[in-house]
Amino acid sequence: MPPTPATDPLVIAGRTFGSRLLMGTGKFSGPRVMADALEASGTEIVTVALRRVDLTRPDEDILAHVDRERYLLLPNTSGARDAGEAVRLARLARASGLSSWVKLEVTPDPRYLLPDPVETLRAAEALVAEGFTVLPYIGADPVLAKHLEEAGTATVMPLGSPIGSGRGLRTRDAVGIIVETCRVPVVVDAGLGVPSHAAAAMELGADAVLVNTAVAVARDPVAMAAAFRKGVEAGRQAYLAGRSPVLPEARASSPLTGFLRDEP
Amino acid sequence: MSFDAVLSAHPPERLAQRAECATAADVERALAGPAVDLDGFLALISPAAAPHLEDLAARAQAVTRERFGRVIQLYAPLYLSNECTNGCVYCGFNRANPVRRATLTPEQVDDEAGALWGEGFRNVLLVSGEAPRVVSPAYLEQVAGQLHRRFASVGIEVYPLDEGGYARLVAAGVDSLTVYQETYDPELYARVHPSGPKADYRWRLGAPARGAAAGMRRVGIGALLGLGPWRLEATAVALHALWLQRRYWETQVCVSFPRLRAAAGGIAPPHPVSDRDLVQLACALRLLLPDAGLVLSTREEPRFRDGLAPVCITHMSAGSRTEPGGYTHPEEAEGQFQVEDRRSPAEVSARLAGLGIEPVWKDWDAAFLDREVGASGGDGKPCASL
Repeated sequence: MPPTPATDPLVIAGRTFGSRLLMGTGKFSGPRVMADALEASGTEIVTVALRRVDLTRPDEDILAHVDRERYLLLPNTSGARDAGEAVRLARLARASGLSSWVKLEVTPDPRYLLPDPVETLRAAEALVAEGFTVLPYIGADPVLAKHLEEAGTATVMPLGSPIGSGRGLRTRDAVGIIVETCRVPVVVDAGLGVPSHAAAAMELGADAVLVNTAVAVARDPVAMAAAFRKGVEAGRQAYLAGRSPVLPEARASSPLTGFLRDEP
Repeated sequence: MSFDAVLSAHPPERLAQRAECATAADVERALAGPAVDLDGFLALISPAAAPHLEDLAARAQAVTRERFGRVIQLYAPLYLSNECTNGCVYCGFNRANPVRRATLTPEQVDDEAGALWGEGFRNVLLVSGEAPRVVSPAYLEQVAGQLHRRFASVGIEVYPLDEGGYARLVAAGVDSLTVYQETYDPELYARVHPSGPKADYRWRLGAPARGAAAGMRRVGIGALLGLGPWRLEATAVALHALWLQRRYWETQVCVSFPRLRAAAGGIAPPHPVSDRDLVQLACALRLLLPDAGLVLSTREEPRFRDGLAPVCITHMSAGSRTEPGGYTHPEEAEGQFQVEDRRSPAEVSARLAGLGIEPVWKDWDAAFLDREVGASGGDGKPCASL
């Protein structure tokens, strides 16, 4: 029996989700295709950059196209360069009634958008203390992941490769250690370019993945979203099924020592 | 090493010569590689690359989509003043031009801002001539502060300031700085800027770095294409962008490629840049600088803008008026240059959507810079539009 949402739910901060695919909302060519892609992905958690949110234009804002009855809105602090900026944005989001969940992104380098470990930990500690549910985007650093877990974050979200790069799970070994050592859910975020990358992360034991660019800039975003859904489901099923061991050389299916008889 | 010293150590004219004599093999190598370095860039702006323009555009589009997606940010310039003490030979604001002059009062700035807000803009760029007695740093600080309370992003394109001056503007809520060097050739610079404070080549050359050091989040550079040979200017712009990226790693570099247009008392471009040249330059810049913002203004006509936008552009102005007060009282003062794309912001937005690009009006938030905003969002009503 393949796992079902009922038998194998994703649980983050006590809340249960049937889908293990989180979706981003940037880079789409328009709101309609974004909404269709979200639907095709089967996602239940949708992240939105707070810097894109414009509550003064409620009819035209990006939030108008995210069905909040259906998806958990996960605001993110994309663009924040230090802990102070990220905390300020999260507070504004909560004060505006958006959410007390926050995907924490602190990326001082505008080129590769790599997360700042020091400022991320600092911001996470502050936000957790204020009662936020914090999902931090981090480099694939197992020690940092433990520090964040101890600080009380709801997940850790290590990158597979730089945001938008589509290079896949280049941090496989480090993500494997994070999966092994962390008790909070591990969400592989950033750099997954094709469904096989997502499947690889799930096979490794990641609890979920987050995808945006790979879907948004595909020729057919809706079809790609559906493909990622399958990739995530297949990877999860394979992980639960327990893969065969990796061996350094061939091992015959028929035992080499089958000729031996028990001696009287 | 200062950028001035970089230009001395690597004279753009010598590098540009390599661009002039690159071979087809150099171009193919640049297009085949996973990333484009300065050598590759020189090959891609070379005459030998002209037959490869379609391949170049395809690569540029792929890189832009990967990094930025299918979106373009819209902004509007807000001209504060056309008073100017400079004598730039190509500019409508030249002090010798007998044109109507005006400087907006803070109340008039609010009126203009209100008109732009009503059009949907949340990113404004404050532009001014160089007349520090009327458009003083204190005036800029005041109007920036009042716009910051309303707009998600406030940029400036004014005369060069020192680092302290830029820091004051950052504190007032300015997040981006645009300073075009106009020409990176010091001799040509002296000829086209014969008088006024702008005649100081080095002071202007150092302005983007001073702005970045003062905390500007985005710094825009560029050359006024048409003044000098474009490959030479492009090479210098590329060097400048690379140097800024390395030195100020937390600042996003933006590049614009304004083409010289007719203005009151202005000059015809001595080195005209064709549409094909400009596309070649923009696409080569995209491959050299995958993460840079590339800006296209209303100096260009609709057909060209609609064509280049989906290839490599990240920021566009729309509905621009280049005279102070132009959004509420058009034609009471002289504009800086002729606007070629006269479509309304709504028309430009609809056209982008038709091209498969989402026009983004807000992609920044004033809260990023609001050090004083506390847990409740300052006065309880966030000044950010979030």
